[in-house]
Amino acid sequence: MNVLKNLYYTEDHEWLKVNGNEAYVGITDFAQEQLGDIVYVELPEVDDELDKDDVFSAIESVKAASDIYMPVDGKILEVNEELLDAPELINTDAYENWIVKIELTDEAQLEELLTSEEYEEFIAEEE
Amino acid sequence: MDGKKTPLYEEHNLLKGKIVNYAGWLLPVQYEGLVPEHNAVRNAAGIFDVSHMGSIFISGKDSKNFLDHLMTNDISKLNQNQIVYTFMCYPDGGVVDDLLVYKYEDERYFLVVNAANLDKDFQWLLDNKGDYEVEFDNISQDTCILALQGPLAEKILQMITDIDLSLLKFFHFNEKVKVDGIEAMISRTGYTGEDGFEIFVKNDDVVRIWKKLLEVGSEFGLKPTGLGCRDTLRFEAALPLYGNELSKEINPLEAGFKFFVKLKKESDFIGRESLVKQWENGLERKLVGFEMIDRGIPREGYEIYKGDTKIGHVTTGYMSPTLNKNIGNGLILIEESELDSEIEILIRNRKAKAKVINKNFLKDR
Repeated sequence: MNVLKNLYYTEDHEWLKVNGNEAYVGITDFAQEQLGDIVYVELPEVDDELDKDDVFSAIESVKAASDIYMPVDGKILEVNEELLDAPELINTDAYENWIVKIELTDEAQLEELLTSEEYEEFIAEEE
Repeated sequence: MDGKKTPLYEEHNLLKGKIVNYAGWLLPVQYEGLVPEHNAVRNAAGIFDVSHMGSIFISGKDSKNFLDHLMTNDISKLNQNQIVYTFMCYPDGGVVDDLLVYKYEDERYFLVVNAANLDKDFQWLLDNKGDYEVEFDNISQDTCILALQGPLAEKILQMITDIDLSLLKFFHFNEKVKVDGIEAMISRTGYTGEDGFEIFVKNDDVVRIWKKLLEVGSEFGLKPTGLGCRDTLRFEAALPLYGNELSKEINPLEAGFKFFVKLKKESDFIGRESLVKQWENGLERKLVGFEMIDRGIPREGYEIYKGDTKIGHVTTGYMSPTLNKNIGNGLILIEESELDSEIEILIRNRKAKAKVINKNFLKDR
Protein backbone atom coordinates (compact mmCIF):
# COMPACT_ATOMS: atom_id res chain seq x y z
CA MET A 1 0.00 0.00 0.00
CA ASN A 2 1.46 3.28 -1.13
CA VAL A 3 1.57 6.14 1.41
CA LEU A 4 3.47 9.25 0.29
CA LYS A 5 5.60 11.29 2.68
CA ASN A 6 4.97 15.02 3.13
CA LEU A 7 1.22 14.82 2.72
CA TYR A 8 -1.45 15.24 5.36
CA TYR A 9 -3.98 12.43 5.79
CA THR A 10 -7.40 11.82 7.37
CA GLU A 11 -9.06 8.78 8.88
CA ASP A 12 -11.55 9.01 6.01
CA HIS A 13 -8.64 8.14 3.68
CA GLU A 14 -8.07 11.53 2.07
CA TRP A 15 -4.75 13.21 1.43
CA LEU A 16 -3.86 16.91 1.33
CA LYS A 17 -0.89 18.39 -0.43
CA VAL A 18 -0.43 21.81 1.10
CA ASN A 19 1.24 24.80 -0.53
CA GLY A 20 0.90 28.00 1.50
CA ASN A 21 -2.81 28.50 2.17
CA GLU A 22 -3.86 26.25 -0.70
CA ALA A 23 -4.13 22.48 -0.88
CA TYR A 24 -4.88 19.73 -3.36
CA VAL A 25 -7.19 17.06 -1.95
CA GLY A 26 -7.62 13.48 -3.13
CA ILE A 27 -8.21 9.97 -1.82
CA THR A 28 -5.46 7.60 -0.80
CA ASP A 29 -4.14 4.53 -2.55
CA PHE A 30 -5.63 2.44 0.25
CA ALA A 31 -9.07 4.00 -0.41
CA GLN A 32 -8.97 3.43 -4.17
CA GLU A 33 -8.02 -0.18 -3.62
CA GLN A 34 -10.87 -0.71 -1.15
CA LEU A 35 -13.36 0.92 -3.54
CA GLY A 36 -12.32 -1.13 -6.55
CA ASP A 37 -12.92 0.03 -10.12
CA ILE A 38 -14.02 3.65 -9.88
CA VAL A 39 -16.67 4.47 -12.46
CA TYR A 40 -17.91 7.91 -11.44
CA VAL A 41 -16.69 10.95 -9.54
CA GLU A 42 -19.03 13.75 -8.57
CA LEU A 43 -17.42 17.16 -8.16
CA PRO A 44 -18.46 20.30 -6.26
CA GLU A 45 -18.82 23.75 -7.82
CA VAL A 46 -15.89 26.15 -7.88
CA ASP A 47 -16.30 28.83 -5.18
CA ASP A 48 -18.35 26.50 -2.92
CA GLU A 49 -17.43 27.31 0.67
CA LEU A 50 -17.49 24.21 2.81
CA ASP A 51 -16.86 23.26 6.42
CA LYS A 52 -14.76 20.41 7.67
CA ASP A 53 -16.75 17.13 7.40
CA ASP A 54 -19.10 18.49 4.72
CA VAL A 55 -19.52 16.14 1.77
CA PHE A 56 -17.76 17.70 -1.22
CA SER A 57 -17.60 14.78 -3.63
CA ALA A 58 -18.85 11.27 -4.18
CA ILE A 59 -16.82 8.46 -5.63
CA GLU A 60 -18.62 5.48 -7.04
CA SER A 61 -17.45 2.03 -7.92
CA VAL A 62 -19.73 -0.36 -9.79
CA LYS A 63 -20.86 -1.68 -6.45
CA ALA A 64 -21.46 1.42 -4.32
CA ALA A 65 -21.25 5.16 -3.79
CA SER A 66 -18.96 6.65 -1.15
CA ASP A 67 -19.19 10.20 0.12
CA ILE A 68 -15.95 12.17 0.42
CA TYR A 69 -15.68 14.67 3.26
CA MET A 70 -13.86 17.99 3.58
CA PRO A 71 -10.77 17.37 5.73
CA VAL A 72 -10.71 21.05 6.78
CA ASP A 73 -12.76 24.22 6.21
CA GLY A 74 -12.14 25.73 2.81
CA LYS A 75 -13.25 27.24 -0.48
CA ILE A 76 -13.16 25.23 -3.71
CA LEU A 77 -10.68 26.88 -6.10
CA GLU A 78 -10.51 24.24 -8.80
CA VAL A 79 -12.05 20.86 -9.59
CA ASN A 80 -10.31 18.13 -11.56
CA GLU A 81 -12.67 17.89 -14.53
CA GLU A 82 -10.53 15.20 -16.11
CA LEU A 83 -12.11 12.79 -13.61
CA LEU A 84 -15.59 13.31 -15.09
CA ASP A 85 -14.66 11.41 -18.23
CA ALA A 86 -11.86 9.30 -16.77
CA PRO A 87 -12.72 8.46 -13.15
CA GLU A 88 -10.45 5.39 -13.37
CA LEU A 89 -7.44 7.72 -13.22
CA ILE A 90 -7.81 7.55 -9.44
CA ASN A 91 -7.25 3.79 -9.61
CA THR A 92 -4.20 4.35 -11.78
CA ASP A 93 -2.57 6.85 -9.43
CA ALA A 94 -4.51 8.10 -6.44
CA TYR A 95 -1.93 10.74 -5.49
CA GLU A 96 -1.37 12.17 -8.96
CA ASN A 97 -5.09 12.57 -9.59
CA TRP A 98 -6.39 15.11 -7.11
CA ILE A 99 -10.12 15.81 -6.84
CA VAL A 100 -10.24 19.47 -5.76
CA LYS A 101 -7.93 22.33 -5.00
CA ILE A 102 -9.04 24.34 -1.98
CA GLU A 103 -8.16 27.54 -0.19
CA LEU A 104 -7.67 26.86 3.50
CA THR A 105 -9.84 28.93 5.81
CA ASP A 106 -7.81 28.14 8.90
CA GLU A 107 -4.31 26.73 8.48
CA ALA A 108 -4.25 25.75 12.15
CA GLN A 109 -6.70 22.94 11.33
CA LEU A 110 -3.88 21.11 9.55
CA GLU A 111 -2.44 20.18 12.92
CA GLU A 112 -5.46 17.96 13.58
CA LEU A 113 -4.68 15.82 10.51
CA LEU A 114 -2.54 12.69 10.39
CA THR A 115 1.06 12.53 9.25
CA SER A 116 2.07 9.85 6.77
CA GLU A 117 3.49 7.74 9.63
CA GLU A 118 0.27 8.06 11.62
CA TYR A 119 -1.81 7.20 8.58
CA GLU A 120 0.32 4.13 7.86
CA GLU A 121 -0.31 2.93 11.38
CA PHE A 122 -3.99 3.69 11.04
CA ILE A 123 -4.49 1.59 7.90
CA ALA A 124 -2.38 -1.22 9.30
CA GLU A 125 -5.08 -1.56 11.96
CA GLU A 126 -7.91 -1.33 9.43
CA GLU A 127 -6.69 -4.31 7.42
CA MET B 1 -16.72 -11.04 11.18
CA ASP B 2 -19.62 -13.15 12.40
CA GLY B 3 -21.57 -15.38 10.11
CA LYS B 4 -22.05 -18.87 8.78
CA LYS B 5 -19.36 -20.37 6.59
CA THR B 6 -19.91 -22.57 3.59
CA PRO B 7 -17.49 -25.51 3.19
CA LEU B 8 -15.71 -23.39 0.56
CA TYR B 9 -14.82 -20.60 2.99
CA GLU B 10 -11.12 -21.48 3.10
CA GLU B 11 -10.99 -21.74 -0.69
CA HIS B 12 -12.41 -18.21 -0.95
CA ASN B 13 -9.67 -16.97 1.36
CA LEU B 14 -6.98 -18.79 -0.62
CA LEU B 15 -8.26 -17.07 -3.75
CA LYS B 16 -8.12 -13.70 -1.92
CA GLY B 17 -11.89 -13.26 -1.93
CA LYS B 18 -13.09 -10.10 -0.19
CA ILE B 19 -15.48 -11.58 2.38
CA VAL B 20 -18.73 -9.90 3.40
CA ASN B 21 -21.72 -10.96 5.45
CA TYR B 22 -24.59 -11.66 3.07
CA ALA B 23 -27.88 -12.89 4.54
CA GLY B 24 -25.93 -14.23 7.53
CA TRP B 25 -23.29 -15.99 5.40
CA LEU B 26 -19.62 -15.10 4.99
CA LEU B 27 -19.18 -15.04 1.23
CA PRO B 28 -16.85 -13.31 -1.24
CA VAL B 29 -18.21 -10.14 -2.83
CA GLN B 30 -15.32 -10.33 -5.29
CA TYR B 31 -11.91 -11.92 -5.89
CA GLU B 32 -9.85 -10.03 -8.46
CA GLY B 33 -12.56 -7.44 -9.12
CA LEU B 34 -16.22 -7.05 -9.94
CA VAL B 35 -15.77 -5.93 -13.54
CA PRO B 36 -13.34 -8.62 -14.76
CA GLU B 37 -15.49 -11.25 -13.04
CA HIS B 38 -18.64 -9.84 -14.62
CA ASN B 39 -16.99 -9.92 -18.04
CA ALA B 40 -15.73 -13.47 -17.52
CA VAL B 41 -19.33 -14.65 -17.08
CA ARG B 42 -20.56 -12.72 -20.14
CA ASN B 43 -17.70 -13.85 -22.37
CA ALA B 44 -16.37 -17.15 -20.98
CA ALA B 45 -17.47 -18.56 -17.62
CA GLY B 46 -17.54 -17.91 -13.90
CA ILE B 47 -18.10 -20.13 -10.91
CA PHE B 48 -20.11 -18.97 -7.88
CA ASP B 49 -20.45 -20.56 -4.47
CA VAL B 50 -24.20 -20.27 -3.86
CA SER B 51 -24.31 -22.80 -1.05
CA HIS B 52 -26.11 -20.25 1.11
CA MET B 53 -29.28 -20.80 -0.93
CA GLY B 54 -31.98 -22.82 0.80
CA SER B 55 -33.01 -26.29 -0.42
CA ILE B 56 -36.15 -28.05 0.72
CA PHE B 57 -37.64 -31.38 -0.38
CA ILE B 58 -41.43 -31.70 -0.42
CA SER B 59 -42.81 -35.24 -0.47
CA GLY B 60 -46.05 -37.08 0.16
CA LYS B 61 -49.15 -37.85 -1.81
CA ASP B 62 -50.55 -34.30 -1.77
CA SER B 63 -47.28 -32.65 -2.81
CA LYS B 64 -48.57 -31.43 -6.17
CA ASN B 65 -51.83 -30.00 -4.83
CA PHE B 66 -50.10 -28.45 -1.86
CA LEU B 67 -47.56 -26.67 -4.07
CA ASP B 68 -50.27 -25.52 -6.49
CA HIS B 69 -52.05 -24.01 -3.50
CA LEU B 70 -48.93 -22.02 -2.51
CA MET B 71 -47.33 -21.21 -5.85
CA THR B 72 -48.45 -18.66 -8.45
CA ASN B 73 -47.12 -20.75 -11.34
CA ASP B 74 -48.86 -23.92 -12.55
CA ILE B 75 -47.17 -26.84 -10.81
CA SER B 76 -49.62 -29.39 -12.28
CA LYS B 77 -48.18 -28.73 -15.76
CA LEU B 78 -44.62 -29.62 -14.77
CA ASN B 79 -43.01 -32.66 -16.33
CA GLN B 80 -40.65 -34.94 -14.48
CA ASN B 81 -37.17 -33.39 -14.27
CA GLN B 82 -38.53 -30.01 -15.24
CA ILE B 83 -38.14 -26.78 -13.23
CA VAL B 84 -40.31 -23.65 -12.94
CA TYR B 85 -39.69 -20.18 -11.61
CA THR B 86 -42.54 -19.10 -9.34
CA PHE B 87 -43.62 -16.88 -6.47
CA MET B 88 -45.21 -17.68 -3.13
CA CYS B 89 -47.54 -14.84 -2.23
CA TYR B 90 -49.34 -13.54 0.82
CA PRO B 91 -53.13 -13.24 0.61
CA ASP B 92 -52.73 -9.57 -0.45
CA GLY B 93 -50.44 -10.54 -3.35
CA GLY B 94 -47.19 -9.39 -1.71
CA VAL B 95 -44.32 -11.81 -2.17
CA VAL B 96 -43.15 -14.30 0.48
CA ASP B 97 -40.32 -15.38 -1.82
CA ASP B 98 -39.40 -16.11 -5.41
CA LEU B 99 -38.06 -19.59 -5.97
CA LEU B 100 -37.49 -22.53 -8.27
CA VAL B 101 -39.57 -25.71 -8.04
CA TYR B 102 -37.98 -28.93 -9.33
CA LYS B 103 -40.28 -31.86 -10.08
CA TYR B 104 -38.78 -35.27 -9.25
CA GLU B 105 -42.13 -37.06 -9.47
CA ASP B 106 -45.77 -36.40 -8.61
CA GLU B 107 -45.10 -37.02 -4.93
CA ARG B 108 -41.67 -35.45 -4.69
CA TYR B 109 -40.53 -31.90 -5.42
CA PHE B 110 -37.51 -29.79 -4.54
CA LEU B 111 -37.50 -26.06 -3.79
CA VAL B 112 -34.54 -23.70 -4.07
CA VAL B 113 -35.20 -20.49 -2.13
CA ASN B 114 -33.40 -17.30 -1.14
CA ALA B 115 -31.00 -17.67 1.79
CA ALA B 116 -32.40 -14.62 3.55
CA ASN B 117 -35.91 -16.05 3.32
CA LEU B 118 -35.26 -19.70 4.18
CA ASP B 119 -36.58 -19.64 7.75
CA LYS B 120 -39.58 -17.54 6.79
CA ASP B 121 -40.35 -19.82 3.82
CA PHE B 122 -40.09 -22.98 5.88
CA GLN B 123 -42.47 -21.51 8.44
CA TRP B 124 -44.81 -20.49 5.61
CA LEU B 125 -44.90 -24.10 4.39
CA LEU B 126 -45.69 -25.33 7.91
CA ASP B 127 -48.33 -22.65 8.50
CA ASN B 128 -50.17 -23.62 5.33
CA LYS B 129 -49.84 -27.39 5.57
CA GLY B 130 -53.41 -27.83 6.87
CA ASP B 131 -54.74 -31.26 5.97
CA TYR B 132 -52.39 -31.81 3.03
CA GLU B 133 -50.41 -35.04 3.30
CA VAL B 134 -46.94 -33.59 2.79
CA GLU B 135 -43.59 -33.69 4.48
CA PHE B 136 -40.81 -31.15 4.38
CA ASP B 137 -37.12 -31.84 4.53
CA ASN B 138 -34.87 -28.82 4.81
CA ILE B 139 -31.53 -30.12 3.50
CA SER B 140 -29.90 -26.69 3.18
CA GLN B 141 -27.28 -27.42 5.84
CA ASP B 142 -26.07 -30.56 4.08
CA THR B 143 -26.17 -29.28 0.52
CA CYS B 144 -23.71 -27.17 -1.43
CA ILE B 145 -24.53 -25.45 -4.69
CA LEU B 146 -22.08 -24.27 -7.34
CA ALA B 147 -23.31 -22.07 -10.17
CA LEU B 148 -21.19 -22.45 -13.28
CA GLN B 149 -22.32 -19.67 -15.61
CA GLY B 150 -21.33 -18.33 -18.99
CA PRO B 151 -21.23 -19.26 -22.69
CA LEU B 152 -18.42 -21.78 -22.07
CA ALA B 153 -20.05 -23.40 -19.02
CA GLU B 154 -21.20 -26.49 -20.93
CA LYS B 155 -17.81 -27.07 -22.52
CA ILE B 156 -16.07 -26.86 -19.14
CA LEU B 157 -18.50 -28.98 -17.15
CA GLN B 158 -18.65 -31.61 -19.90
CA MET B 159 -14.96 -32.38 -19.37
CA ILE B 160 -15.67 -33.89 -15.95
CA THR B 161 -19.28 -35.07 -16.33
CA ASP B 162 -20.57 -38.51 -17.36
CA ILE B 163 -23.77 -37.43 -19.16
CA ASP B 164 -24.14 -35.59 -22.47
CA LEU B 165 -24.87 -32.06 -21.23
CA SER B 166 -26.04 -30.87 -24.65
CA LEU B 167 -29.14 -33.00 -24.04
CA LEU B 168 -29.95 -31.25 -20.77
CA LYS B 169 -32.43 -28.54 -21.72
CA PHE B 170 -32.85 -25.12 -20.11
CA PHE B 171 -34.84 -25.34 -16.86
CA HIS B 172 -34.42 -29.12 -16.64
CA PHE B 173 -32.32 -31.21 -14.28
CA ASN B 174 -30.72 -34.62 -13.94
CA GLU B 175 -30.30 -36.02 -10.44
CA LYS B 176 -28.11 -38.96 -11.38
CA VAL B 177 -24.96 -37.37 -12.66
CA LYS B 178 -21.33 -38.04 -11.79
CA VAL B 179 -19.17 -34.95 -11.72
CA ASP B 180 -15.51 -35.94 -11.41
CA GLY B 181 -16.84 -39.30 -10.23
CA ILE B 182 -18.95 -37.74 -7.49
CA GLU B 183 -22.72 -38.02 -7.33
CA ALA B 184 -24.44 -34.75 -8.08
CA MET B 185 -27.68 -33.22 -9.27
CA ILE B 186 -27.28 -30.75 -12.12
CA SER B 187 -29.83 -28.26 -13.38
CA ARG B 188 -29.55 -25.98 -16.38
CA THR B 189 -30.45 -22.85 -14.50
CA GLY B 190 -28.81 -19.67 -13.27
CA TYR B 191 -29.11 -16.05 -12.30
CA THR B 192 -26.88 -14.26 -14.78
CA GLY B 193 -28.71 -14.16 -18.11
CA GLU B 194 -26.14 -16.56 -19.57
CA ASP B 195 -26.25 -20.28 -20.24
CA GLY B 196 -25.10 -22.30 -17.27
CA PHE B 197 -25.61 -24.95 -14.65
CA GLU B 198 -26.22 -25.26 -10.97
CA ILE B 199 -24.51 -28.25 -9.40
CA PHE B 200 -25.88 -29.68 -6.15
CA VAL B 201 -23.52 -31.83 -4.08
CA LYS B 202 -22.98 -32.94 -0.51
CA ASN B 203 -20.88 -30.71 1.74
CA ASP B 204 -17.94 -33.13 1.80
CA ASP B 205 -17.64 -33.20 -1.98
CA VAL B 206 -17.81 -29.54 -2.84
CA VAL B 207 -14.17 -28.51 -2.35
CA ARG B 208 -12.96 -31.21 -4.72
CA ILE B 209 -15.43 -30.26 -7.48
CA TRP B 210 -14.77 -26.53 -7.03
CA LYS B 211 -11.02 -27.06 -7.43
CA LYS B 212 -11.43 -29.47 -10.34
CA LEU B 213 -13.67 -27.06 -12.26
CA LEU B 214 -11.25 -24.17 -11.75
CA GLU B 215 -8.42 -26.42 -12.88
CA VAL B 216 -10.04 -27.69 -16.08
CA GLY B 217 -11.75 -24.35 -16.77
CA SER B 218 -8.76 -22.05 -16.51
CA GLU B 219 -7.72 -22.57 -20.14
CA PHE B 220 -11.20 -21.39 -21.18
CA GLY B 221 -11.03 -18.25 -19.05
CA LEU B 222 -13.09 -19.58 -16.12
CA LYS B 223 -12.80 -17.37 -13.04
CA PRO B 224 -14.10 -17.65 -9.49
CA THR B 225 -16.83 -15.02 -9.30
CA GLY B 226 -18.35 -13.24 -6.31
CA LEU B 227 -21.66 -11.85 -5.14
CA GLY B 228 -20.81 -8.41 -6.54
CA CYS B 229 -20.99 -9.47 -10.17
CA ARG B 230 -23.82 -11.89 -9.42
CA ASP B 231 -25.91 -8.79 -8.72
CA THR B 232 -24.79 -6.76 -11.76
CA LEU B 233 -25.28 -9.80 -14.02
CA ARG B 234 -28.78 -10.60 -12.80
CA PHE B 235 -29.74 -6.92 -12.92
CA GLU B 236 -28.64 -6.49 -16.55
CA ALA B 237 -30.61 -9.61 -17.44
CA ALA B 238 -33.81 -8.19 -15.80
CA LEU B 239 -33.86 -10.92 -13.15
CA PRO B 240 -35.41 -9.63 -9.93
CA LEU B 241 -33.82 -9.69 -6.49
CA TYR B 242 -36.09 -10.29 -3.51
CA GLY B 243 -35.99 -7.22 -1.29
CA ASN B 244 -35.36 -4.93 -4.27
CA GLU B 245 -37.72 -5.67 -7.15
CA LEU B 246 -40.01 -7.98 -5.16
CA SER B 247 -41.07 -7.88 -1.54
CA LYS B 248 -43.98 -8.10 0.86
CA GLU B 249 -44.91 -4.66 -0.50
CA ILE B 250 -44.18 -5.23 -4.20
CA ASN B 251 -46.28 -7.87 -5.93
CA PRO B 252 -45.17 -9.84 -9.01
CA LEU B 253 -47.64 -8.11 -11.32
CA GLU B 254 -46.23 -4.69 -10.46
CA ALA B 255 -42.75 -6.08 -10.98
CA GLY B 256 -43.76 -7.20 -14.47
CA PHE B 257 -43.68 -10.96 -13.93
CA LYS B 258 -47.28 -11.83 -14.79
CA PHE B 259 -45.98 -14.67 -16.97
CA PHE B 260 -45.12 -16.57 -13.77
CA VAL B 261 -48.49 -15.84 -12.14
CA LYS B 262 -51.11 -18.11 -13.69
CA LEU B 263 -54.21 -16.23 -12.63
CA LYS B 264 -56.37 -18.70 -14.58
CA LYS B 265 -54.76 -21.98 -13.48
CA GLU B 266 -57.05 -24.76 -12.36
CA SER B 267 -56.30 -24.68 -8.65
CA ASP B 268 -56.81 -21.67 -6.42
CA PHE B 269 -53.66 -20.27 -4.83
CA ILE B 270 -52.85 -17.95 -1.95
CA GLY B 271 -52.98 -14.38 -3.20
CA ARG B 272 -54.99 -15.13 -6.33
CA GLU B 273 -58.14 -13.24 -5.40
CA SER B 274 -56.25 -10.07 -4.59
CA LEU B 275 -53.98 -10.31 -7.65
CA VAL B 276 -56.94 -10.88 -9.99
CA LYS B 277 -58.70 -7.88 -8.52
CA GLN B 278 -55.62 -5.66 -8.88
CA TRP B 279 -55.09 -6.82 -12.46
CA GLU B 280 -58.72 -6.13 -13.41
CA ASN B 281 -58.83 -2.74 -11.71
CA GLY B 282 -55.49 -1.76 -13.22
CA LEU B 283 -52.16 -1.58 -11.41
CA GLU B 284 -51.02 1.62 -9.76
CA ARG B 285 -47.28 1.04 -10.07
CA LYS B 286 -44.95 -0.61 -12.52
CA LEU B 287 -41.31 -1.65 -12.51
CA VAL B 288 -39.45 0.02 -15.37
CA GLY B 289 -35.96 0.23 -16.72
CA PHE B 290 -34.34 3.62 -17.17
CA GLU B 291 -31.15 5.08 -18.53
CA MET B 292 -29.52 8.21 -17.13
CA ILE B 293 -29.42 11.21 -19.44
CA ASP B 294 -27.53 13.43 -16.97
CA ARG B 295 -24.38 12.33 -15.18
CA GLY B 296 -24.76 10.17 -12.08
CA ILE B 297 -25.34 6.58 -11.08
CA PRO B 298 -28.76 5.63 -9.74
CA ARG B 299 -28.68 3.55 -6.54
CA GLU B 300 -31.20 1.46 -4.64
CA GLY B 301 -33.56 3.64 -2.60
CA TYR B 302 -33.05 6.92 -4.49
CA GLU B 303 -36.31 8.78 -5.05
CA ILE B 304 -37.77 9.26 -8.53
CA TYR B 305 -39.58 12.46 -9.55
CA LYS B 306 -41.65 13.90 -12.35
CA GLY B 307 -41.51 17.65 -11.85
CA ASP B 308 -42.13 18.25 -8.15
CA THR B 309 -44.06 15.03 -7.64
CA LYS B 310 -42.40 11.96 -6.21
CA ILE B 311 -43.45 9.06 -8.42
CA GLY B 312 -41.42 6.16 -7.03
CA HIS B 313 -37.99 4.84 -6.12
CA VAL B 314 -34.98 3.10 -7.59
CA THR B 315 -34.96 -0.66 -6.83
CA THR B 316 -31.50 -1.39 -8.32
CA GLY B 317 -29.03 0.76 -10.23
CA TYR B 318 -25.51 0.45 -11.57
CA MET B 319 -22.98 1.58 -14.06
CA SER B 320 -23.61 -1.46 -16.23
CA PRO B 321 -20.32 -3.22 -16.96
CA THR B 322 -21.68 -4.84 -20.13
CA LEU B 323 -23.35 -1.78 -21.63
CA ASN B 324 -21.12 0.86 -20.08
CA LYS B 325 -24.16 2.99 -19.26
CA ASN B 326 -25.75 4.20 -16.03
CA ILE B 327 -29.01 2.30 -15.80
CA GLY B 328 -31.55 1.32 -13.20
CA ASN B 329 -34.85 -0.27 -12.34
CA GLY B 330 -37.49 1.88 -10.73
CA LEU B 331 -40.90 1.19 -9.30
CA ILE B 332 -42.99 4.16 -10.43
CA LEU B 333 -46.59 5.27 -10.93
CA ILE B 334 -47.96 3.45 -13.97
CA GLU B 335 -49.08 6.65 -15.72
CA GLU B 336 -45.43 7.77 -15.87
CA SER B 337 -44.09 4.42 -17.06
CA GLU B 338 -44.34 4.78 -20.84
CA LEU B 339 -41.18 4.09 -22.83
CA ASP B 340 -39.11 7.22 -23.56
CA SER B 341 -40.87 9.29 -20.91
CA GLU B 342 -38.48 11.53 -19.00
CA ILE B 343 -38.12 11.15 -15.24
CA GLU B 344 -35.69 12.52 -12.66
CA ILE B 345 -33.62 10.65 -10.10
CA LEU B 346 -32.72 12.42 -6.88
CA ILE B 347 -28.99 11.82 -6.49
CA ARG B 348 -27.54 13.44 -3.35
CA ASN B 349 -30.00 16.38 -3.41
CA ARG B 350 -29.61 16.92 -7.13
CA LYS B 351 -32.22 15.88 -9.67
CA ALA B 352 -30.68 14.10 -12.64
CA LYS B 353 -32.64 13.41 -15.84
CA ALA B 354 -33.29 9.86 -17.00
CA LYS B 355 -35.38 8.17 -19.68
CA VAL B 356 -37.65 5.13 -19.32
CA ILE B 357 -36.37 2.24 -21.44
CA ASN B 358 -37.04 -1.49 -21.79
CA LYS B 359 -35.82 -3.19 -18.63
CA ASN B 360 -34.40 -6.08 -20.67
CA PHE B 361 -31.17 -4.17 -20.89
CA LEU B 362 -29.31 -6.88 -22.79
CA LYS B 363 -31.94 -7.21 -25.50
CA ASP B 364 -30.12 -5.11 -28.10
CA ARG B 365 -26.63 -6.06 -27.08
